[in-house]
Amino acid sequence: MIYYLLSMLLFLIGLYGVLVKRNLIKIIIGLVLMEYATFLFLALVGYKKGGTAPIITKGFEKAVFVDPLPQALVLTAIVIGLATTALLVSIAVRIYQRYGTFDIREIRRLKG
Amino acid sequence: MKGMTLIVKTIARLISGLIFLYGIYIVLHGHLTPGGGFAGGIIIAGAFVLLILSEGSKKASSEIKKQRASVGESSGIFIFWLLAMLGLFTGSLFFLNLLPKGKAYHLFSAGIIPLCNIGIGLEVGAALFAIFITLAVLKTGEKK
Amino acid sequence: MNLIPLFIALPLGAAFLLPILRYRNFDKQKTGQANPAVILGKWSKRTPDIVANLINLTLLVLSLMVINRGMLVYKMGGWEPFKGIPIGIYLVLDGLSVLMLLIINSIGFLAALYSVNYMEKYTDKTRYYTLFLLLIAGMNGVVLSGDMFNLFVFLEVAAIASYALVAFGTEAEELEAAFKYQVMGTVASGFILLGIALLYSFSGTLNMADIARIINQQGIQGTVLFVGALFIMGFGLKAAIMPFHAWLPDAHPSAPAPVSAMLSGVLIKAIGVYALVRILFNVLGLGETKSILYILMVLGIISMVAGALLALGQRDFKRLLAYSSISQIGYIVFAFGLGTPLGFLGGLFHLLNHATFKSLLFLNSGAIVYATENRDLEKMGGLLERMPVTGTTATIASMSIAGVPPLSGFWSKLIIIMAAIQAEQFIFALIAVLISIITLAYYLKVQRLAFFGKLGQAWKKTKEVPGLMCASMIILSLLCLGLGILLLPGIKSMILDPAVEVLKNGAQYANLILGE
Repeated sequence: MIYYLLSMLLFLIGLYGVLVKRNLIKIIIGLVLMEYATFLFLALVGYKKGGTAPIITKGFEKAVFVDPLPQALVLTAIVIGLATTALLVSIAVRIYQRYGTFDIREIRRLKG
Repeated sequence: MKGMTLIVKTIARLISGLIFLYGIYIVLHGHLTPGGGFAGGIIIAGAFVLLILSEGSKKASSEIKKQRASVGESSGIFIFWLLAMLGLFTGSLFFLNLLPKGKAYHLFSAGIIPLCNIGIGLEVGAALFAIFITLAVLKTGEKK
Repeated sequence: MNLIPLFIALPLGAAFLLPILRYRNFDKQKTGQANPAVILGKWSKRTPDIVANLINLTLLVLSLMVINRGMLVYKMGGWEPFKGIPIGIYLVLDGLSVLMLLIINSIGFLAALYSVNYMEKYTDKTRYYTLFLLLIAGMNGVVLSGDMFNLFVFLEVAAIASYALVAFGTEAEELEAAFKYQVMGTVASGFILLGIALLYSFSGTLNMADIARIINQQGIQGTVLFVGALFIMGFGLKAAIMPFHAWLPDAHPSAPAPVSAMLSGVLIKAIGVYALVRILFNVLGLGETKSILYILMVLGIISMVAGALLALGQRDFKRLLAYSSISQIGYIVFAFGLGTPLGFLGGLFHLLNHATFKSLLFLNSGAIVYATENRDLEKMGGLLERMPVTGTTATIASMSIAGVPPLSGFWSKLIIIMAAIQAEQFIFALIAVLISIITLAYYLKVQRLAFFGKLGQAWKKTKEVPGLMCASMIILSLLCLGLGILLLPGIKSMILDPAVEVLKNGAQYANLILGE
């Protein structure tokens, strides 16, 4: 149970980073923390006590396996997270080229 | 970005080939062992990234390389798409595993899954490499 | 051959084919000869236009072909259920999906047609069409998916393509808007993924029908309500319902006009409203839970009022349209929140109508930008004289969105207000009528400032936009004029009734798919 709570705590830390921090890169780190907390939660959902890695090899056909589905989901979600992060970072770098700063208080040309 | 010292360059050149081979091994054994297209592709991209980091990004990051990486990515995923469409055309089911399954625990088994893994490996390797090169080029760009 | 996977496979395949085709051309520019390694086809400047438009036309034809086919379930890769428990990924085509497919692919086709001329001023058309086709593939996937995680993946495909499209011009404002949009969108995805994870831990399956069946058996518990709240937050952010709207007025005006039309006309509905309604009503079975419905109604009313009031004060044409989108999404969410069949009908019909007139208005604004390089309403004036097609179609769209009879917007708003009265929500019905008047006010302001009055000195030499752009605007304005006929009895039972039926059935969705 404590692990579930810790992963939720990590999620909240990430959310805090997104909401409070003023540096573009720190916001991105906050987002990544949120994503990874969710992945951790998903992996925990599939855990079984005493389970081994869900790979069928010779002689281990009947062993107790952890649930492989959340692991596949986490892998897919990591790929999506990679794409999102790469795009975010490249937009942040471009913003730095245009505005000369990472501080969101100075990046405010859009109003209303 | 300048290159690193001679020691690093030499070691990186020696190792990157081995890393590349290891990546190919992971991709090809995707249906038998942990790993597969995604993990193997990342290892393959890592071999290139290691070389560029040690040699310095100016030498490596040209527009042509970016285009090649981009087209490699597109062809990888196009292979995957074609395999899925083959199932649709022959058996009227998308992603139908139409090749014989073979014997378990053998390299040539599991129908189209190894082929899909090769496509994914190409896609992921090229995509990560493209992301790396794009960011490396952006970093050297001047402030406007 | 089964048609359903083609909706996703065709645009995806074309999206990845285009960069491969272009590569041959790239080497030709550098070295003077085509790259021998690539043997696929010859390249001309028009290739991306032709490929993308052909694919979109095919998708439109396909979505017209699936009308009135009843419910189709497609098991990906031929994985049959094991002891009645589904194991593979399902694609489900029912009435609601057909309606959404029609909206996505028709607006997508017209926006792609419009892009042929409009995107000339941007440098890289191949990348634009790649992202555009990915956007369409993602939305088609969201609409067809019968599996929670698959829905999430397609939602992310569409969302990432839209982030990149908003930043497409790489000007300072566009990048700023794209960053804001993407941060909000990623937070939303985090909430949605967390909801899916909780749902998986609760039910042990990801198939929507299977989840619905398990929730039916166990009854609605605290977990389900919490997941519902997470989804309202996540999909509400994607749909820009009021407390979660801040990104939309920046992001939608910053994109190129055909993309704005796709984002405002289709994307916020396909990955926001559709996904929210489908999951809340069909999967979680919350269609009769008063608290959730009340939340939807209140959120709808708030965005209706605030969007309209904020739109009144805008000078930027595209920004005004973006605020108006928030207000109209409010109408749609409010109608679904009523939870009655008439409310569903009104919501779905308004969703369809809003897709046509809002994308038309964004295309109009794009035409004005194309001709005059100006988005400020105060500086326009008398453009009807110089741009008759743009002016006329914009008038039709404005009247339609403001609810002037007999244009399509009038009928859907009428149904929503009637549904509100029928559900005895008199105050909300009154607010909806008042907001409709405010909508008329700000669209009259647009008309007066932009198209009527004295022709500004600067615009004496303005020309009407090229033919293909005009064509797509004219087709959309004809749709605005004529969509009222969908309410005629024979046609209503083909398109709107099956969609309403799906929402009305609520959690019975499970039995229809699993076939019990």
